[in-house]
Amino acid sequence: MIKFRDVHKAFGAQRVLDGVTFDVRDGETLALIGYSGTGKSVTLKHVVGLLEPDTGEVYVDDLAVSTLDRAALTTLRQEIGYVFQAAALFDSMSVADNVALGLRRRRLGDDEIEERVHEALALVDLTGRDAAFPAELSGGMRKRVGIARAIALRPRYILYDEPTTGLDPVTSAVIDQLMVRTREHTGATAIVVTHDMRSAYAVGDRIAMLYEGRIRQAGTVEEIQRTDDAVVRQFIEGRPE
Amino acid sequence: MIRAVGRRAVAAIETVGRFGHFLQDFARAVADVGTWGRLTLVQMRRIGVDSLPVALFIAAFTGVVLALQASYTFKGTVPLYFVGTLVGKSMMLELGPVLVGLALAGRVGASMAAELGTMKVTEQVDALETLAYNPQSYLVVPRVVAATVMFPIVVACAISVGLVTGWLTSLALLQLSTVDFIKGLRLFYVFKDIWYGLFKSASFGCTIALVGCSVGLGTRGGAEGVGRSTTQAVVYSAVLILVLDAFWALVLL
Repeated sequence: MIKFRDVHKAFGAQRVLDGVTFDVRDGETLALIGYSGTGKSVTLKHVVGLLEPDTGEVYVDDLAVSTLDRAALTTLRQEIGYVFQAAALFDSMSVADNVALGLRRRRLGDDEIEERVHEALALVDLTGRDAAFPAELSGGMRKRVGIARAIALRPRYILYDEPTTGLDPVTSAVIDQLMVRTREHTGATAIVVTHDMRSAYAVGDRIAMLYEGRIRQAGTVEEIQRTDDAVVRQFIEGRPE
Repeated sequence: MIRAVGRRAVAAIETVGRFGHFLQDFARAVADVGTWGRLTLVQMRRIGVDSLPVALFIAAFTGVVLALQASYTFKGTVPLYFVGTLVGKSMMLELGPVLVGLALAGRVGASMAAELGTMKVTEQVDALETLAYNPQSYLVVPRVVAATVMFPIVVACAISVGLVTGWLTSLALLQLSTVDFIKGLRLFYVFKDIWYGLFKSASFGCTIALVGCSVGLGTRGGAEGVGRSTTQAVVYSAVLILVLDAFWALVLL
């Protein structure tokens, strides 16, 4: 379970998170929605300790992330797969090496690493592209490699940072399907940061909206679709005013 | 005016503080030999072998110039075999390590800052962390170890080439015999000349790599940030090489 408790975070004078509190229950996928620049990615980075809260705390499996030393944080990170917005693939490595990198850290045998790489690439429909380099792939394919890199670790938690941003509608739908398939395959608890409502409805068990540094509303897909909150309504309907 | 000075002072103190944290993280990462050990060989090739052409080119022409300038200075006052002395001492003690160091600050330091800076702004460094790697162990330690080991080797090759081109110039243009050139070369030679130059080179290599990595990992913004980091790495490295050069002269000579 992931718990955010009254998390505040500022960068200089700019206050980004202003008391964020929410839970992600075991096995569920939470879609975290909100306007661009409202701190969704910042929120996600707190889960893996890439950022530390100024005040408040983030708990993963009841461990307060900001209090962990490097060894404990490394152990925790081995339970978490992170899919970056722009995939963050290593340019100098092939697709297979990108996917294998996290597995090598876990000191797995070569045969098991190879098996897991092939399994992960098959799950994202990239079988046969092992030797390609990131520069040779399309944006959608790069995102799929990023997902393969995360799921190859067989993590208990997967964090998706804007997985469909910048993709055409069809490729976005493919990525949505992939996230659903990944959940069915791994049973992992997930947070999907997105401002694409179609994606949020497709993958989320629950949806939480981040607005002005706080969670404006959290609920099931149906609850969000029926909301009376004017701010949430405007966002999910995509109305300018 | 006072505010501007204050802001700059605070910025300078912050930079020193960040570098202190960086060194602290670096010291901790050195224990993670399993991660950096195998990556160091790749860096040794990139930093050492790939830098040889630049270093040898510089050294070759430095040797020629030293011989010609020595001859010009000594003509009619000092015996010409002192050309060998000047070429040898200058190449070993100063010009070999410092010129190669400055050239490689541009080549190696800039390359590290640009590479790590790009990795930083494209979240590849964050990705490494989420894959449970320590970026210091994976990115910084291999580069620093490789630079510290390879710089003296590159400089040793450069000194050798400088001596050879100085000797060839003496033979071809100064009517100095090989025997006289070697006589001059051995005149004031002490073993310290060699280890002093190579020790200095190792310290330059270590400094260039530390600065390049530190500045690279501190990159913010996009392409502009990477460009700024690259320039900073070269400038800081060059300044530190000259400061270190004076420091070692004061302490070791």
